[in-house]
Amino acid sequence: MDLSFTAEDQAFREEVQAFLRDHLPAGVRHKVLNGMHLERDDYLAWQHALHARGWGGPSWPEKFGGTGWSPVQQYIFDSTCSEAGAPRLVPFGLKMVAPVIMAYGNEAQHKRFLPPILAGEEWWCQGYSEPGAGSDLASLKARAVRDGDHYVVNGQKTWTTLGQYADWIFCLVRTDPEAKPQRGISFLLIDMKTPGVTVRPIITMDGAHEVNEVWLEDVRVPVENLIGEENKGWTYAKFLLGHERTNIAGIGIAKRELARLKRLALTEVREGRPLLEDPLFAVQVARLEIELTALEITNLRVLSAEAENRAPGPEASILKIKGSEIQQGILELMTEAVGLQALPYRREAMGAGYQGDYPVEGHALTPTMQYLNLRKLSIYGGSNEIQRDIISQMILGL
Amino acid sequence: MDFTFTDEQTMLFDMTTRYLGNEYGFEKRASIIASDAGMSEAVWRGIADLGLLALLVPEENGGAAAGPVETMLVMSAFGKALLVEPYLASAVVATSAIARLGDARQRETWLEPMGAGDLIAIVAHDEPHGGATRATAVGGGFLLDGRKTMVAHAGRAGLLLVSARSDDGAVGLFAVDPAQPGVKLVTYPTVDGGRAADVVLSQVHVADANRLGAGDVSEDLAAILDIGLAALCGEALGVLQRSLDATIEYTRTRKQFGQPIGKFQALRHRMADMLIHVEQSRSMAYLAAVRADEADVAVRERALSAAKVVVGEACRFVGQQAVQLHGGMGVTDELDVSHCFKRLFAIEKTFGSTREHLSRFSRALVA
Ligand SMILES: Cc1cc2nc3c(=O)[nH]c(=O)nc-3n(C[C@H](O)[C@H](O)[C@H](O)COP(=O)(O)OP(=O)(O)OC[C@H]3O[C@@H](n4cnc5c(N)ncnc54)[C@H](O)[C@@H]3O)c2cc1C
Repeated sequence: MDLSFTAEDQAFREEVQAFLRDHLPAGVRHKVLNGMHLERDDYLAWQHALHARGWGGPSWPEKFGGTGWSPVQQYIFDSTCSEAGAPRLVPFGLKMVAPVIMAYGNEAQHKRFLPPILAGEEWWCQGYSEPGAGSDLASLKARAVRDGDHYVVNGQKTWTTLGQYADWIFCLVRTDPEAKPQRGISFLLIDMKTPGVTVRPIITMDGAHEVNEVWLEDVRVPVENLIGEENKGWTYAKFLLGHERTNIAGIGIAKRELARLKRLALTEVREGRPLLEDPLFAVQVARLEIELTALEITNLRVLSAEAENRAPGPEASILKIKGSEIQQGILELMTEAVGLQALPYRREAMGAGYQGDYPVEGHALTPTMQYLNLRKLSIYGGSNEIQRDIISQMILGL
Repeated sequence: MDFTFTDEQTMLFDMTTRYLGNEYGFEKRASIIASDAGMSEAVWRGIADLGLLALLVPEENGGAAAGPVETMLVMSAFGKALLVEPYLASAVVATSAIARLGDARQRETWLEPMGAGDLIAIVAHDEPHGGATRATAVGGGFLLDGRKTMVAHAGRAGLLLVSARSDDGAVGLFAVDPAQPGVKLVTYPTVDGGRAADVVLSQVHVADANRLGAGDVSEDLAAILDIGLAALCGEALGVLQRSLDATIEYTRTRKQFGQPIGKFQALRHRMADMLIHVEQSRSMAYLAAVRADEADVAVRERALSAAKVVVGEACRFVGQQAVQLHGGMGVTDELDVSHCFKRLFAIEKTFGSTREHLSRFSRALVA
């Protein structure tokens, strides 16, 4: 038993750290470390920097221009970047549609779609959920009807994250309404500029515009944008849902936010002493840090199994549940740390260069908005209830 | 032992609920919180006409001289409606402060218009770090310097009651006109749809006649804030109940996997736990109301802290689970559940957080 990384892994981490020092834009880093709102260009600037270094596809095989890193290397890369204040990689292109295109797309699709994802030239969004199809995704209704060399698509997608920035959307659509729900679904790539595609904002409780409704009305999609075979989309969708595992726990993000929580609790003073010295507060921070330590080791165990080609299975659900709960817990405690300053609502403080007349520094104003925003973690990507169902069925065999 | 309400108390609750049912729907509230003022003058007038603003005003000043139980009932109705108008701040806390500390002239000057809806008064007590407000004695009065934070609806108040420490260490309460020279308000919206301000005081002159009480009033202030805390527990009840009701309703109608999601046992148990939190909070809101004007300070503080811990934990659990059980719909601004969530979040932090009250309760264990 040895829990430490190898010398090569250590050297790799240092290489990543050095790159971050030189190439992570300072403005972006500042925003991430202070929980501020990131713009489209912030994400893109980082993707461009990575691409220039040849690291545009950290989870991609070399064959498609990726790094070919092992799961452990990917993990080191992700967590080192997160801890240093790099934005998360926008997953919809890189980590969601790209693996599906690689695995099930044809060569023309590889050539057309993969390079712009790597280079950060095309932004993708995910069109799975519908108003009536959330946890029960297979009940989706958006309909695609073949008409010559096109599909004509009608329906509504919802909760589409950052769809307002997207050039392309990958959609699950129903091509055979007669078949069993899982059988009649196809996987289509749709250009957001096609006539009939309308994006409408959904404002969330933190006041952010992060998710959207996407309406599809008589949208004509060339058949060459079908992935794989018609009516096999569910297989591809499940492949995709099972793919993003290395970073599902968000260990690096949690470590970064835990460090921020401690910084806050050291500057916040109660009755003449730093808040972190209040035993009731310290105990809560300690619990989170201990839970995070356990989760990190659990995550590494899953990764080692993956490296030995034992396919990571439903253990990912453990990572998703604990990871989301820990992140939510850290933000909740941050709002506790700033005391009454958690209550003023200043959305401007989420933007760069906030110079409001409000004297409290931005750092006291952002945790509340993030806390509100992060309620989503236990809802999306398979809600925590659904993850517990997966554990009880797939691991426990109940 | 008697947990029933008198006929008058029941009528008061029903009347308030009915009024809000007619005048304070979700859309109406949404337009109020989006308006510049962040409160409705018509609603303020409406609750004044019902006599609610005079509930805690003494009889000789034209009020109903009611107590914490009536306040709890009214507040729970306000909680259920997610009322944003400064009832708690003006009609409960400031009214109690003036009734308790004011002399006959002060009570007459301020309580009568407050009860009638013509004057809003707000206690400015909490301070940001380094805000330490001081009162320096000068001929015939005091000069106030310092900073107060999260003063509810200060921008609309006609009177601020500012706590400040004088050189001898005594805490006093001073009546300040917000339009007075030296007073600056930095106003902002609050996360729960309310409005508040930081009040910055520099060399603000207060005549002796505008000081409330004599000597050190810190114990009185603590008692006044505990009356506010008991009222807040009542408000929490209403918000908690609304969150639970909305969740039950949603899980009955939302279908996934061919059935209402409320049929899934995992969610049924969650809602059962939510109900337990609501009922435990109800018990503690009653305890808080009964002990709010208890003369024995130790008994009062112990009960009020215990109440805030139970209610605070309910605010977190019920708020978070209500959102969770609504799925994606729960995080939008469109449904009332996220608005309940945000109010519960604010309640948990107001008049001391769960942790702070747990701490106060623990310290008293060895005393
Ligand atoms: C911020 C945010 C961003 C999102 N981004 C995207 C995106 O980019 N693209 C996309 O396609 N989708 C996206 N989603 C959608 C997300 O995947 C769904 O919200 C999620 O699948 C839950 O579906 P629902 O919202 O319809 O809730 P429902 O499925 O209606 O669930 C409501 C509640 O019931 C519970 N529940 C449901 N079924 C069961 C069961 N069998 N047993 C026990 N409990 C159950 C759920 O756990 C939840 O608590 C996003 C959602 C959010 C909130």
